[in-house]
Amino acid sequence: MRRRAYLIPFILLGAGILAAGLHAASGPAVRWTEEERATIRSLALDDLPPLPAEPSNRLANDPRAAEFGRALFFDTRLSADGRVACATCHNPERQFQDGTPLARGVGVTNRRTMPIAGTAYSPFLFWDGRKDSLWSQALGPLESPVEHGGDRTQYGHIVAEHYRTSYEAVFGPLPNMGHLPPHAGPVADPDATAAWKAMPEADREAVSRVFANIGKAIAAYERTIRPPVTRFDTYASALGSGSDVGILSADEIAGLRLFIGKGACVTCHNGPLLTDNHFHNTGIPAVPGLPEDRGREAGAKLVREDAFNCLGKYSDAGEGDCSELRFMTAQGPELLRAFKTPSMRGVASRPPYMHAGQIGTLAEVVAHYSTAPAAPAGDSEIRPLNLSETELRQLIAFLATLEPRETEGEGPKGSENLPHP
Amino acid sequence: MLTYTTRRALLLGIPVLLLASGVTAGVMMRSVPENLDLALDKATAAGLYRATIAPDAAPIVVGAMQAWTVTVRTPAGAPVKAAKIGINGGMPQHGHGLPTSPQMTADLGGGRYRIEGMKFNMRGWWTLDLAIDGPKGTDTVTFNLML
Ligand code: HEC
Ligand code: HEC
Ligand SMILES: [Cu+2]
Repeated sequence: MRRRAYLIPFILLGAGILAAGLHAASGPAVRWTEEERATIRSLALDDLPPLPAEPSNRLANDPRAAEFGRALFFDTRLSADGRVACATCHNPERQFQDGTPLARGVGVTNRRTMPIAGTAYSPFLFWDGRKDSLWSQALGPLESPVEHGGDRTQYGHIVAEHYRTSYEAVFGPLPNMGHLPPHAGPVADPDATAAWKAMPEADREAVSRVFANIGKAIAAYERTIRPPVTRFDTYASALGSGSDVGILSADEIAGLRLFIGKGACVTCHNGPLLTDNHFHNTGIPAVPGLPEDRGREAGAKLVREDAFNCLGKYSDAGEGDCSELRFMTAQGPELLRAFKTPSMRGVASRPPYMHAGQIGTLAEVVAHYSTAPAAPAGDSEIRPLNLSETELRQLIAFLATLEPRETEGEGPKGSENLPHP
Repeated sequence: MLTYTTRRALLLGIPVLLLASGVTAGVMMRSVPENLDLALDKATAAGLYRATIAPDAAPIVVGAMQAWTVTVRTPAGAPVKAAKIGINGGMPQHGHGLPTSPQMTADLGGGRYRIEGMKFNMRGWWTLDLAIDGPKGTDTVTFNLML
């Protein structure tokens, strides 16, 4: 594949392969307009800006906090049954996800596990965006009865017992929690809730602050998880320099053309992470048997009311920060069953797809875009593309170029720069 | 067509010459009206005011939160003070609104107003509708942007 195809164009043409690998000057197949080139380059990892500032978490870029957060991320003690860590569902060997339609922790979730690489760039987290920072997001699964299933004093005690030094090095002295019940917190378990209500306000406040700090350490770790470089990135970076020849096959290039052209995928799957980090109703069917899911319509209200949001008392943000939350669109018909646009990086090797794993294969995904069925509720934003069999195949071929370069074909790793314990 | 590409290039920071080969676009973009008015300085619909819009930082980065400055004048050119401005908009071809809910957050004086919370999450044709409530009454104006 990496042969310098332009030296032997006739052989390649004769063989009928890699015709599209020829440089624009020598063959019509890869003639990109300058605007197309600009679009392609805008999708390359090279173009990813530095991590955005995170004023709501003053330790967001602290390496000690990240190290502490990494330990927490893999620690199964942070759960009701001692068996669930973040990494249980967000498996670093599988792009920090689990490859199942619905996730399994202490119980079963109603949505699919999302990959984590690059989420530091996303102003809202979860399929419905009900969290507005990575640190606040991390608190959700810890208290969810079907994920970690634990509670705030339990987590406080674990930190005091096992992580005192790491915690105090970055967050300062831990409050005294020795007198607090082993299980208390505003969670589904009625006993823990009752114990929480019985605690004095000052204790609840102190424990909640430790809880928020657990989230802030985990967030500092998650910020280090970057998407790996892919074959597409190599192509996009080389584009125009003449050395792009032979990196992508004819089908892959045709698929890229569809992605940024006729298919208009790039309207939503844009930028170096191939997501606009916004919410769209794309007509994905509801899953029979699961509770009604209104998507962003519910998420926007939840994030505004969240005690751990950017404007709340546990946030380190100052005056003028939190613009995403302050100027968020919180109502309107477009929010109904709108879900967060997923990144296309590594997508080919992490089926199933969509917010509850409704679609099993990429072939079915592109077929969905080709027919654009009506949404079960609200209005789908996509229109039928009526793609031919060839075009469907080409789109899939292009998506497969977004696999990590080194590990292609053998299951990609989610992170380049952090060994997992 | 030249202004169209030029403006689009300016807004996105793409060198203009590179765009000379023309605009290629996806299905959704084919129905942009011919001669789309891309002026950023316009009379309001009923002629009560004249409004100028400008991003505080150019080029516009798709997906980034931005602040814009709106300048409101009388048709004769005098600054309109103490106006209130409402912002709306969206992508006519995609049938959706703005991804955020921008608001006027400051009266900067001299007929200038600060709009915060503006964001464009994709490229293409966007409209920006301003409702200007000033001393002479309320009037509206729609700007077109090509990103
Ligand atoms: C039981 C499996 C499970 C566990 C355990 C779990 N998650 Fe998740 N994670 C999910 C699911 C499912 C979603 C999507 C849920 C939704 O949208 O409602 C998700 C979403 C996320 C997201 C949002 C990504 C995005 O693009 O918006 C992040 C970040 C995340 N999890 C981090 C964590 C962290 C940190 C922990 C540990 C504190 C954790 N998760 C524990 C299953 C799990
Ligand atoms: C209107 C915005 C929009 C457009 C246009 C769009 N997508 Fe998507 N895409 C989404 C959203 C939103 C989801 C998640 C939907 C859900 O789970 O309900 C998604 C999901 C996907 C997924 C599954 C990813 C995952 O992790 O579950 C793939 C693959 C995908 N899109 C490919 C494409 C392709 C190929 C095209 C062009 C033919 C395209 N998309 C066009 C918004 C869009
Ligand atoms: Cu749009």
